[in-house]
Amino acid sequence: MSKVLEIKELKAKIGDKNILKGLNLALEEGKVHAIMGPNGAGKSTLSKAIVGHYNVEVTDGEIIYNGKNIVEEEPEERALDGIFLSFQNPVEVPGVNNAYFLRTAVNARRKHLGLPELNAAEFLREMKALVSELGMKPELINRSLNEGFSGGEKKRNEILQMMMLEPNVVILDEIDSGLDIDALRAVSEGINKMKDGKRSFLVITHYSRILDYIKPDYIHVLKDGQIVHTGGPELVEQLEEEGYSSFEEK
Amino acid sequence: MAQEEVNKAIAGEYNLGFEIDIEQDTVPPGLNEDVIKFISAKKDEPEWMLELRLKAYHKWLEMEEPTWGKVEYEPIDYQSISYFSAPKKAPESLDEVDPKILEAYEKLGIPLEEQKQLQGIAVDAVVDSVSVKTTYTEELKKHGIIFCSISEAIRDYPELIKKYMYSVVPMTDNFFAALNSAVFTDGTFVYIPKGVRCPMELSTYFRINAMNTGQFERTLIVADEGSYVSYNEGCSAPMRDDNQLHAAVVELIAMKDAEIKYSTIQNWYPGDEEGKGGIYNFVTKRGICEGENSKISWTQVETGSSITWKYPSCILKGDNSVGEFYSVAVTTLAQQADTGTKMIHLGKNTSSTIISKGISAMKGQNTYRGLVKIGANADGARNYSECDSLLIGSECGAHTFPYLESKDNIGQVEHEATTTKISDEQLFYLRQRGINEEDAVSMIVHGFCKEVFSQLPMEYAVEARALLELTLEGSVG
Ligand SMILES: Nc1ncnc2c1ncn2[C@@H]1O[C@H](COP(=O)(O)OP(=O)(O)OP(=O)(O)O)[C@@H](O)[C@H]1O
Ligand SMILES: [Mg+2]
Repeated sequence: MSKVLEIKELKAKIGDKNILKGLNLALEEGKVHAIMGPNGAGKSTLSKAIVGHYNVEVTDGEIIYNGKNIVEEEPEERALDGIFLSFQNPVEVPGVNNAYFLRTAVNARRKHLGLPELNAAEFLREMKALVSELGMKPELINRSLNEGFSGGEKKRNEILQMMMLEPNVVILDEIDSGLDIDALRAVSEGINKMKDGKRSFLVITHYSRILDYIKPDYIHVLKDGQIVHTGGPELVEQLEEEGYSSFEEK
Repeated sequence: MAQEEVNKAIAGEYNLGFEIDIEQDTVPPGLNEDVIKFISAKKDEPEWMLELRLKAYHKWLEMEEPTWGKVEYEPIDYQSISYFSAPKKAPESLDEVDPKILEAYEKLGIPLEEQKQLQGIAVDAVVDSVSVKTTYTEELKKHGIIFCSISEAIRDYPELIKKYMYSVVPMTDNFFAALNSAVFTDGTFVYIPKGVRCPMELSTYFRINAMNTGQFERTLIVADEGSYVSYNEGCSAPMRDDNQLHAAVVELIAMKDAEIKYSTIQNWYPGDEEGKGGIYNFVTKRGICEGENSKISWTQVETGSSITWKYPSCILKGDNSVGEFYSVAVTTLAQQADTGTKMIHLGKNTSSTIISKGISAMKGQNTYRGLVKIGANADGARNYSECDSLLIGSECGAHTFPYLESKDNIGQVEHEATTTKISDEQLFYLRQRGINEEDAVSMIVHGFCKEVFSQLPMEYAVEARALLELTLEGSVG
């Protein structure tokens, strides 16, 4: 199996605090990887390190994507090359129209891939189809980006962006937190629709429910800045019963 | 980015900072009666105009420079400024306009040659102290519209000038207005006759070129009953290490049922990051809604000048008259802007709207200062004010000073103000979606300015947007 993204001995800190302590993880092409782990273990920090967030300072190790170490790359380069992060808490951007923002992002990516840009009509047609698939209120596309969106609306908006941008690696940081039952189903269906045998997913979650829908191939346990255990889907049940205490830190 | 690169990027941004290499007639620095007589003579003015100038000069001598603005600068030495500078050859027709001037205007994106003239936009081009060319005058004449330089108007339409000049901004209104009244050199005059809707956009493009000169233009626009005009001004100046003074006066008069829409894109040279050089833009702009149901709308996009001191205002005298002020003021580098408006409600059921957007980056300081005054007889007066500030970075500042004065009459006044900072998290979010940092900033900034830009005529909205992008380039990171 070919590895799309490989994280080797990654050490990272936020401020003076060491968060990731020699973390190893490899995402396989076309597979769904789930990460579970206690609060504060470093899951969001890992996802931020992968996309080059300014708060996270990588002090050692490598993040290999498409055969090259991307640790020094600008966030927009990584994004254009196909790494997408659905944020645990998407920020609000007042004044920036949601549809306009997304069209700019989609066309930046298309341009990067050498594809023709979508005109406003083509873009809107695609966007509107997805908005209704995701059960989003149509008015959300004309509001300011995430401004005043409810928690669930923000999460659906993240999935909408993911579906429009068609990334190669999708990182979903607690996409299921705060979603109602219908929203969870709609979001999961959206994710499943994006599985094409090539695209890889890294799903960070605290709950088995979303995993019932999207059927991960691997479960990784992240504890105190390291991946301490990797197993198949059966691991979820064990975690639900026993919690994280039985998984020792390395 | 290393500081040096940032500086380079910024210095490169002001791409209108070239000098036109033409022969200039410039009086030696200094201000006295002789200089004023010289200006008046150069312009072939009638005696009454010279008398008015001298009267203004003597009043000015007794006045003090205002200090209440939230701007800081070294005292101006009014004797070190040259008060008149003009390209040597005064052109009779376009053929006689120095090709270098035509070329310069072309570089500025404003072709003056007939075959290239901007479709549907009549232009008055002013270099330093004189108007070098006014386009489409003949065509406009067919509608009875007068569109010419103020110098011509003083010679050719003395009755109109005597009646309206100083009627809205009195000679002694303030220190800078008095100075302008004494030494104004050129500017534009517009008269729209009764019931005429001006068929094209009118515009003046001001260019400061000569060194150590001040620019003191005067613009007067009269819209007679039931008429409509949309007027636009633009400006630029070469990059120089010395500060140059620009003290203009604009007067607007709207009669019954008339409407004047006045848009400004101000792009004078802003100086450098340390505050060296740049234009001091001390301007008095005021309009009067003389007749009932008249309307005056000011829209300004202020990106240039090292210091801006400017309050385009409306006197709402006619019943049901409407005043509007839409403003985007950007201060970056070490720029300082103290700008806003005054809405003076005198007539019944008058209404005014103020939308002010201040953007500060780097060491820029942005102040909104606004006055809403409701007179004793202004029953049913209404005002809505919105003042929003956007901060980029942590060294800049935004300040708002809204004042409300009412005599017995309370009117219906609403004021809203917000201050937002572009956060790193917002920029990061946009970058994570593949949008580069500068595009991300301009996306947020455009969103912020939307309401004001939508007031500009189309061609100018495009220009304003591009200008804003250039101005803020390199101000993040
Ligand atoms: N900006 C910050 N400043 C200081 N500490 C931080 C910052 N961001 C994260 N941390 C700390 O880093 C550690 C890891 O945080 P992280 O968000 O990666 O945890 P997580 O595994 O995603 O937890 P959760 O399941 O609660 O989302 C925590 O102890 C957190 O307090
Ligand atoms: Mg987290």
